[in-house]
Amino acid sequence: MKLSRFTRAGLATFAACVVFFLIAPLLVILLFAFDASNVQTFPIHHWTTSWFSVAWHDPAVRSALWLSVKAGVLATAIALILGTMVAFGIHRYRFFGRDTVSLLLVLPIALPGIVTGLALQSAFNLVGIPFSIYTIVIGHATFCIVVVFNNVVARLRRTSTSLMEASADLGASPLQTFRLVTLPTISTAVIAGGLLAFALSFDEVIVTTFTAGAQNTLPLWIFGAIRLGQQLPEVNAVVVGVVLLTLIPIAFAARMSSGEGTGRSTRSSI
Amino acid sequence: MSSLTVPVSPSTASQDGIVLRGVSKHFGDHAAVREVDLDIARGEFFTMLGPSGSGKTTLLRLIAGFEVPDAGSISLRGVDVTSKPPYQRGVNTVFQDYALFPHFTVAGNVAYGLRVRKVARSERDSRVRAALEMVRMTEFADRKPAQLSGGQRQRVALARAIVNEPEVLLLDEPLGALDLKLRQEMQVELKRIQRQIGITFIYVTHDQEEALTMSDRLAVFRDGQIEQIGHPVDVYEHPATEFVAGFVGTSNVIMTQHGRAVLRPEKVELSTGPVSSDREGAAGHVADVAYLGMVTRYTVQLGDGRLITAVQQNRSTDGEHGRFAPGDVVTASWNVADAFPLKTTSATEIQ
Repeated sequence: MKLSRFTRAGLATFAACVVFFLIAPLLVILLFAFDASNVQTFPIHHWTTSWFSVAWHDPAVRSALWLSVKAGVLATAIALILGTMVAFGIHRYRFFGRDTVSLLLVLPIALPGIVTGLALQSAFNLVGIPFSIYTIVIGHATFCIVVVFNNVVARLRRTSTSLMEASADLGASPLQTFRLVTLPTISTAVIAGGLLAFALSFDEVIVTTFTAGAQNTLPLWIFGAIRLGQQLPEVNAVVVGVVLLTLIPIAFAARMSSGEGTGRSTRSSI
Repeated sequence: MSSLTVPVSPSTASQDGIVLRGVSKHFGDHAAVREVDLDIARGEFFTMLGPSGSGKTTLLRLIAGFEVPDAGSISLRGVDVTSKPPYQRGVNTVFQDYALFPHFTVAGNVAYGLRVRKVARSERDSRVRAALEMVRMTEFADRKPAQLSGGQRQRVALARAIVNEPEVLLLDEPLGALDLKLRQEMQVELKRIQRQIGITFIYVTHDQEEALTMSDRLAVFRDGQIEQIGHPVDVYEHPATEFVAGFVGTSNVIMTQHGRAVLRPEKVELSTGPVSSDREGAAGHVADVAYLGMVTRYTVQLGDGRLITAVQQNRSTDGEHGRFAPGDVVTASWNVADAFPLKTTSATEIQ
């Protein structure tokens, strides 16, 4: 369909407005992170980068950052193993309750975080598990598994099964086929899923609130600091850091799952 | 069954080639292959022809080992392979979608079978080179499959299979995705390669012309069973059933004193005179004319209302599409011997 010049200009303007609406609040934070004043007013009179240094040397921020990174890495590792395995199971085998398992997997993302969080807290209390980094990791793993599973299962569905058959036909044992054909075919999907999972874990607040106990992850520290309202410029600097740390893996993941997907040539030839 | 010689007799086949006995395969309630017996000799170009869903591809997958039969046995050079996995059989497959590994180069794809079988590097390299030479793809060795055209991928898929020197090469509609010109080119190429390496080819297609052109023998499949098996000339000129007559080429089914008979359109001659004494025929008028380039196809309505199709070669270049036009009164006639009597029922109806 060809659009008239007028319609096209109109649509472009509208799209620009939407993007601005989404991005503008982030820009406000970015600007105030460089504001020398303690009180946020516009226009900004004095510029500084000192808040970043303050944040970097704040021991509370440091321990929160370290906890977030550790929890994110552990949750991602669990999600990579379990998510990939479940993707293979669901994709390859037809068994009783297969659709139910698919649905249950996606539930942690579909349910409000507050429900997941509350449920986990009650369960931990009931069984008598003390809150620690491991309870945070378990909480995060519930939704991280979904991301890895979705990515891998989508790639498996797009991969022609004749690739695995061809490998067996040429004399490869099941293990050789997995190592030489299956794994390279799904590797970018696994990595993309892992990066997304880490990004999700790194900025999670709600489930973490219920499973962290007395410790602070970075998002929890931000949340607390805002409520106290006394370190706002420092918070802005930390938030900018979080945005960057989250954006980088997501950008990588997006490139991996859209661009150099393997199995492309076989799909286009069908 | 026929006057023509079948190139290989089953007795030698059972020593050397592939033997299928009572092979059946069901998918749920659907019987894809039903009690098929088949002997394919070593070095034969054997084609399995049939409409989609007739069981030919399933039978190929059973021979390859991707499926396990519910009943029956498959043996290869006297060894029972019925329950062996694909990687323990001396067969290789050329897939319909080629199934080239996207993350390997052309050379990497061709080397794959040798690599997983731990063939020494130097031997591997020389065999890959020879296989690429055979399919004329040497200069593309370092490309990725995504950078190749459909015809080139086809050649790589072929090289990847034959480099392993299998006893049997299975080809699942290998030319299905190519355009007509390339198809014809590859048909010639496949025959050349088969003669050169002398291994058994089992070729699945739904294209009857391809089957007639290339095969030493062909089997026509219908509803999971073999309707007829024989030399291409035999199957075309002496179809066993109405289904075979209709699927392999087009044909008229006429009534004779001995019952129903098949009459190929090119055996029907159109003229204006009466039917000569040594021929059979009937008068009618031309209902439809289709100019097809090499030939013209007439549909003639006979006096009793039946339609008969006649194909006449366009031997002159005078610009007229033929001697007859719609509405012309003509006589359709044929040699009595050219009308081949049909069995009263097809093989499947007997069941």
